Amino acid sequence: MKTTNLMIVGVGGQGTLLASKLLGKLLVSEGYDVKVSEVHGMSQRGGSVVTYVRFGEKVYSPVITEGEADYIVSFEKIEAARYLSCLSNKGKIIVNNQEIDPMPVITGAAVYPTDVLEKVKESGVFVDEMNALDLAESAGSAKAVNIVLMGRLARYLGIGREKWVKAIEETVPAKTKEMNLKAFELGYNYEM
Amino acid sequence: MKKLLIGNEAVSRGLYEGGINVVSSYPGTPSTEITEFLSKYDDIHSEWAPNEKVALEVAFGASLAGARSACAMKHVGLNVAADPLFTLSYTGVTGGLVICVADDPAMHSSQNEQDSRHYAIASKIPMLEPADSQECYRFAKEAFRISEEFDTPVLLRLTTRIAHSQSITDIGERENAEIKQYEKKPAKYIMMPAYAKAKHPVVEERTKKLIAFSEICDFNRIEMGGTDIGIITAGDCYQYVKEALGDSVSVLKLGMLNPLPEKLIRDFAAKVKRLVVVEELDGIIETHVRSLGLPVEGKSLFTPIGEYNQDTVRKVFRSALNEKADCEVNVPVRPPMMCAGCPHRGMFYALSKNKITVMGDIGCYTLGAQAPLTALDSTLCMGASVSGLHGFNLADKGQRRTACVIGDSTFIHSGITGLINVAYNSTSSTVIVLDNSITGMTGHQQNPTTGYNIKGDPASKVDLEALCKAVGIKRIRVVDPYNIAECEKAVLEETASDEASVIISRRPCVLLKSVKAKSPVKVDADKCKGCKKCMTLGCPAISIKNKKAVIDHTLCVGCDVCKQLCAFGAIESEDR
Repeated sequence: MKTTNLMIVGVGGQGTLLASKLLGKLLVSEGYDVKVSEVHGMSQRGGSVVTYVRFGEKVYSPVITEGEADYIVSFEKIEAARYLSCLSNKGKIIVNNQEIDPMPVITGAAVYPTDVLEKVKESGVFVDEMNALDLAESAGSAKAVNIVLMGRLARYLGIGREKWVKAIEETVPAKTKEMNLKAFELGYNYEM
Repeated sequence: MKKLLIGNEAVSRGLYEGGINVVSSYPGTPSTEITEFLSKYDDIHSEWAPNEKVALEVAFGASLAGARSACAMKHVGLNVAADPLFTLSYTGVTGGLVICVADDPAMHSSQNEQDSRHYAIASKIPMLEPADSQECYRFAKEAFRISEEFDTPVLLRLTTRIAHSQSITDIGERENAEIKQYEKKPAKYIMMPAYAKAKHPVVEERTKKLIAFSEICDFNRIEMGGTDIGIITAGDCYQYVKEALGDSVSVLKLGMLNPLPEKLIRDFAAKVKRLVVVEELDGIIETHVRSLGLPVEGKSLFTPIGEYNQDTVRKVFRSALNEKADCEVNVPVRPPMMCAGCPHRGMFYALSKNKITVMGDIGCYTLGAQAPLTALDSTLCMGASVSGLHGFNLADKGQRRTACVIGDSTFIHSGITGLINVAYNSTSSTVIVLDNSITGMTGHQQNPTTGYNIKGDPASKVDLEALCKAVGIKRIRVVDPYNIAECEKAVLEETASDEASVIISRRPCVLLKSVKAKSPVKVDADKCKGCKKCMTLGCPAISIKNKKAVIDHTLCVGCDVCKQLCAFGAIESEDR
């Protein structure tokens, strides 16, 4: 069985760590060999963050290199472009079209590229674009962007929906359970 | 029981099952979680020490009294703990002693890329290096046994990718937790010349025994595959080699990095046509192999800089790379930055605006070096801001207005000794303690200034004002960094003073759960002239859209610092 390679990319503070925790739990319960790798510390402070998730029969490397990723879940628009070279030319990318200005844009030293998703689409990969922030807010909290996007990813990975629900229930704090399950459904059912 | 664990949690589980009784550490990425996870076990003593030297000495004392003990630190922390380390090699242990040290190739969160394996060689202490979480667990547990069998501390080396990657770990039960009987042994534990002279030959003998052990131990193993190329590797590099080359090559996978085996390497070399070492950072295994007189390649093919991955290996051996997607977009960099509402920002603004020359230190506030604040002139190591400022002022002789910034935890770690020097050798240095009531960058650990211990229970709290007074500083003042005028006044007065001074810039980290955010501020677009004065703060919540300032309500915590800068009254607080 071929190893599946998945990357979660975004901005420090967007909740990518919880998403990877959820995925790890789910994939282990499915009986896969799993490696999840992310860097903590300095990079959490509003910097660009990346988590590598690899699963299959036997996984060696904890990281994903150029052209290896089958899926990228991007929590922010330009982060999708930043890590695009890691995606296989047959890969799929799920992207939250939220824009978060990096410091060089805030200071005026750089501009936020406006046509970034068009360029990503031109590369020939499959792009599933959504406004996950709106969906998260309608579920009850802007912080649920991560679960909305996991809901979207659930459409692709071929793991039963009820297993995702169980993994979410075991991962998120009890008082946010209902809100997160709603966020998951909104992401899953969103029509492109 | 199988669980998905990060390397650091697996290490903590291994230490726990191996019978640890005492752990003392100073936080440092990527080692911090080892001690955090250990603190969750109530049947052992865990603590945050003021620095790594103290931590290792605490572990030594506990070992001397018969307990299995450990400490964990980042690579540069071992520099701080190097003094006890080298002599601990001579004394050996009573209860097993494990020193976990985490290197950071690629400097994800560090100021240098030093290779801790040099310390193992220099101090003649055995070193293990795991390649995944299962090995983190097993090696940590076994390390206690080796420590006691060979009467030596054991170094457990991790790298960021091992420490922070999760993989499946099959864990077991706690054992061997009894504390041994203490016996007074002056010749073993009092390292004055007469006894130390007797111990050095013991250390050399021990190394011979450890080499014999490394020849046969199951930390090292050979995986035969194709014999055209034989690769000697360890740690995460083993994973990259297997991923890139699979069974097309033979692999000698080393788990014991010091001392290195001789016969095992010769036997492996005899089975393959070409011998290559794949190791991140320095060519330590390669140098050893060459010293055996074997033809070997290593750093002539692989860089000593940064982190490797499977493509690093593929490129050297010309294996096929994957077909990648690509697009032509100029993506602006996204460096880490100080959070919206960070209490350091107001003080940095005051320093930057007044063009103060500032010696920086290690912590979140190192981010004050970045545009637009660009408030720092140097960052070297923990504590160097204070002592470095004293030295700078000795040479500068008052030509410039100077100050240094240091966080509360870093100040206790090694800033206080520099401050004693400032007072004792009298320069008019201005030391700014950025007291955010937590160890921030490593992810919110308690420290001696917070009033809480590692478990979050109330603890003795250092009185910073009294401490600075006690070492001889007469000018001490406390400011609120959310008040820009107050910060500027303090900075201008203290940097002009001909006496040494301490400014304590006090406000808790905005990310602490105990800190409640105020409602966000907003911009009145009619009043905003688009002057961009508020942009000079470098707050991630503020941006310019259509020539007017806009404040992101999801990020703003209502610190009101930007409001103080606006000359047009365009930034307003919502009803509070």
